[in-house]
Amino acid sequence: MTKTIAGPRGLTRRQLLARATAAGASFVVGAGYVAATDAAWATEMNAMKPDSFATLVQLARDIYPHDRIPDENYVVAVKGYDTPQEVDATEAGIEMLNAAARGRGYGSYLDIGWERDRVDLLRSIEDSDFFQKIRGGLVTGLYNQKAVWPIFGYEGESFSQGGYLYRGFDDIAWL
Amino acid sequence: MTAPFELSDDSVVVVIGTGAGGGVLANELAQKGVKVVALEAGGRYLPEDYINDEWESFGQLAWLDPRTTSGDWRVAKDFSGLPAWIVKAVGGTTTHWAGASLRFQDHEWKAATTYGNVQGASLLDWPIDAEEMAPWYDLAEKKLNVTRTNGNPGLPGSNNYKVFAAGAKALGYENFHTGRMAINSTENHDRLMCQQTGFCFQGCKWGAKWSSAYTDIPEGEATGNLEVREKAHALRIEHGPDGKVNGVVYADADGNEHKQMARIVAVAGNSFESPRLLLNSASSMYPDGLSNSSGQVGRNYMRHLTGSVYGVFDKPVKMWRGTTMAGIMQDEAKHDPSRGFVGGYELETLSLGLPFMAAFLDPGAWGREFTSALDQYENMAGMWIVGEDMPQETNRVTLNHDVTDQFGMPVANVHYSDHANDRAMREHAYKQGQAMYDAVGATRTLPTPPYPSTHNLGTNRMSENPRDGVVNRWGQSHDIDNLFVSDGSQFTTGAAENPTLTIVALAIRQADHISRELSAGNL
Ligand SMILES: Cc1cc2nc3c(=O)[nH]c(=O)nc-3n(C[C@H](O)[C@H](O)[C@H](O)COP(=O)(O)OP(=O)(O)OC[C@H]3O[C@@H](n4cnc5c(N)ncnc54)[C@H](O)[C@@H]3O)c2cc1C
Ligand code: SF4
Repeated sequence: MTKTIAGPRGLTRRQLLARATAAGASFVVGAGYVAATDAAWATEMNAMKPDSFATLVQLARDIYPHDRIPDENYVVAVKGYDTPQEVDATEAGIEMLNAAARGRGYGSYLDIGWERDRVDLLRSIEDSDFFQKIRGGLVTGLYNQKAVWPIFGYEGESFSQGGYLYRGFDDIAWL
Repeated sequence: MTAPFELSDDSVVVVIGTGAGGGVLANELAQKGVKVVALEAGGRYLPEDYINDEWESFGQLAWLDPRTTSGDWRVAKDFSGLPAWIVKAVGGTTTHWAGASLRFQDHEWKAATTYGNVQGASLLDWPIDAEEMAPWYDLAEKKLNVTRTNGNPGLPGSNNYKVFAAGAKALGYENFHTGRMAINSTENHDRLMCQQTGFCFQGCKWGAKWSSAYTDIPEGEATGNLEVREKAHALRIEHGPDGKVNGVVYADADGNEHKQMARIVAVAGNSFESPRLLLNSASSMYPDGLSNSSGQVGRNYMRHLTGSVYGVFDKPVKMWRGTTMAGIMQDEAKHDPSRGFVGGYELETLSLGLPFMAAFLDPGAWGREFTSALDQYENMAGMWIVGEDMPQETNRVTLNHDVTDQFGMPVANVHYSDHANDRAMREHAYKQGQAMYDAVGATRTLPTPPYPSTHNLGTNRMSENPRDGVVNRWGQSHDIDNLFVSDGSQFTTGAAENPTLTIVALAIRQADHISRELSAGNL
């Protein structure tokens, strides 16, 4: 898995794609859209600017940073904003982020190299509707992806396996 | 075998809601030969339909019609449209519930007398007491087949329980065990024993946990005396010129309105919908709503003082494996004002799956303080605080005329602010819970704020004096003889215990009363 370290230049669309590919998703890259062959998020990126989408993915990770969760799950979590209905409000929110970054002497949000500095910026806008909408959406958008559950050790559905009566409901050994 | 009754049949008892109160009342009446039409707003889901997935199950079962909130409770900020986590389905919230089945302590029936004058609290003694309720509790424990009663063994201890118990022991607590649960610890009552699947809140797919959906409801239907009309949403209760109620207007699945005539109406829609229905039934004779001559309908809303404590350890616990509520510690349930508050609280193990944990651990929080805790999900143990909260007149359900539901009816606004006693008790419980986990080596503990309310009580409270409440010792309206309240909204005070066993005991007792009064020609 690749690590999420936004370089000083931030993520270009190409970098985003490269990282997601390294994370296991296979991409079809064309002009103006990003799509995965993975059925879970085979969504054509037809509405949002690629740089905006890259910013959104970084924002998602900065809100709920889990170093063991690959980018592809953050991509899935925010892909719903890449629709004609959502794109304008989302691009406006991202422009607000970039403006705040410029106010702090960076070229854009993605140009802020340290998570600490990005988080500091986010604290100043955390009451905005945009931030709260993205954060609120991630609670289910990220954590309700079955693909991330094993990263946390969570085993999900157990009925089909007969529950845990014979599969370790009381197997704690360290007490 | 369902018994179809005519809309015009005015000999039936109409029960509104089929959860712990309504489902049990409907069956108990049917068993005694009384004809019952039960109106249930939700659809019917059985164990084969339940889903081992938190959000998907929530979408299937939860009550999602609009509600609004106000007051200083954190739920109003974090979940402004979702003050309660309750169910809209045949069986009501007994599909979701964990099954903890506790009797009140004797003194809790006499809260006003025991606690004395607590400023700002509208405490009142129940008009009934422990001695009167004992035989009804016996029947309720039999019906629910509660562990550690009637010769049933306790459930085996899960990982989450073992951590909890070790902590309790280390602190010198004595009263802890795997609970009195309405979950089969052996195969009986034609139901399987608990398979420790760990999705008790999503509906028990094994049927090991008691729910009226697959016990009382079909038993009642089998008598031929009970018709359950699902997706039948009661809109208002109507009355005749004599002031007695004579039927219920409801909307069917297609939104068409019907009126089911009735000899008696029993309201059991849980503590938001029951007062809302009484208020929405206002008429020229009852301009403030039905049974509201005291002005008490909707007031004294209680939700139990809750909160959770999660402990993070350096090794795995896997708390999600096994029953959701796997044990209890009762030493703090006593009334001991030297702790700085009146009343007491229970500590009960709890686990949430990862999706709910993310939503409820610290709603609104973000960044590494939050995610580094979630990263330790596998190594977490969890417990829930259930304590007696103070009734306050101003904590109440009112109609919000600015917001209407799909039928154009004003929705319930739920206003709640903590009493100083509630805050003091919660702080104490957080400290003790954290100390329990610290004592077994927790590397981090998380005092987690209350979730949307699961225990909703008191908005049509029982009182000796008609001035102080809405219903009498039988759950019968002080104002209208043939109108009853049969759910948790009749609670005078909340006690420290999970409420459902008491709701069920009251419903069995009420059915007995109604059928006796019917035979005697008094109703
Ligand atoms: C996650 C969770 C865990 C819980 N665990 C426990 C526990 O361990 N122990 C315990 O004692 N309690 C527990 N509870 C609480 C318990 O479920 C409730 O106390 C109990 O079910 C309340 O019974 P009731 O009859 O008042 O209402 P409900 O069981 O909620 O039933 C009300 C019914 O009325 C219907 N209704 C409402 N309005 C209308 C209308 N206008 N027309 C027609 N139908 C209507 C609803 O759809 C619903 O089916 C838990 C609750 C939750 C959510
Ligand atoms: S843990 Fe037991 S009671 Fe809970 S859902 Fe599973 S089988 Fe039912």
